[in-house]
Amino acid sequence: MQLQQAIQELITKMADDELVIGHRNSEWTGLGPVMEEDIAFSSMAQDKIGHALALYRILEEHFGGTHPDQFAFLRNAKDFRCCHFVEMPIGSYDFSLMRHFLFDHAETVRYQALAQSKFAPFQHLAGKVKGELKYHTLHADAWIIQLCTAGEDSRWRMQAALDNCFQLAGGLFEPGPAEDLLIAEQIYPGEAALYKQWLSHISPVIGKAGLVLPEMTSPVYGGRTGQHTPYLQQLLNEMGEVFRLDPEATW
Amino acid sequence: MNDSLDPRVNRLRLDKNDGSFKVEEGENWNVFEVFHQEKRGAHHEHVGCVHAPDANLALIFAKEQFGRRKKCVNLWVVRSADILAFDLEDEDMFANNPDKTYRDASGFKVMEKINKFKAHTK
Repeated sequence: MQLQQAIQELITKMADDELVIGHRNSEWTGLGPVMEEDIAFSSMAQDKIGHALALYRILEEHFGGTHPDQFAFLRNAKDFRCCHFVEMPIGSYDFSLMRHFLFDHAETVRYQALAQSKFAPFQHLAGKVKGELKYHTLHADAWIIQLCTAGEDSRWRMQAALDNCFQLAGGLFEPGPAEDLLIAEQIYPGEAALYKQWLSHISPVIGKAGLVLPEMTSPVYGGRTGQHTPYLQQLLNEMGEVFRLDPEATW
Repeated sequence: MNDSLDPRVNRLRLDKNDGSFKVEEGENWNVFEVFHQEKRGAHHEHVGCVHAPDANLALIFAKEQFGRRKKCVNLWVVRSADILAFDLEDEDMFANNPDKTYRDASGFKVMEKINKFKAHTK
């Protein structure tokens, strides 16, 4: 496989993850547990969509891709490369918060690696999102520890959320067919390496929170090859509804 | 008998009448005052408040509540209950201030000198 194509696939799966989780998390807007948290969570959801946009722009500018809006809103589920983890409905706040925690640490280790990428636009973007991600993980860590030390019932719910999320989160690191090429060309260190770094990021927080990290026995793969849960198409229908009324409109 | 529909009230089990009542750590949220700093070295200015289970989360909430627009380099939070203030009826202590013009700094002609010095050091 050509390097150019491999980079495009890497960008697409990253961007689709960001867009879909950004949209999912935005579904909490107005429904957050307290006003302050509602604002913080919504604001971070916007950041995710911003990251997706930045990545779609790279596709457009460096690879002659379609306009980011059209790429985001006009594709069907089978053309998306996001993992199942981000597609899942928001559930209750423990699930969404745990997903936010696991996802944002994964995003952090990915961008940390991309800061050293031989593909210059990755370096640039990694520098740009660094501060945002620092806040996102600070927020996630504080909530995880807060809720896990707020009584037995609360800790139990967070453990259940972690158990529900963990195999799904494994899907963030589904290896692609061009891994070796991307690693050899020093575009990024590959999914297996990122997975290891991710574990070393989340483990101290999990430990401090008194949670038990499950074994990664059956990571939920498929998203990177276009196989998705039915939840994704539902989300895409809703997300693109207004855009598709008039795709040529200027916003 | 307590017939509130508010879960925050109901989980206190006020109807339980065995005398003992314990508030768990983090269960009782506090109000924190938020101070915003626009640039390094500038004063932190009071901008509002957040409510949060502890200072850590108060700071995290404050960041999105008060630090997501315009320029901001730092924030402080402090528990509102830790602020000591005068009572409103003690306002009379300050009543004669406007009469004591000799305490105003307006008489000093130092600004000219400062401007001159600034121009010189440029």
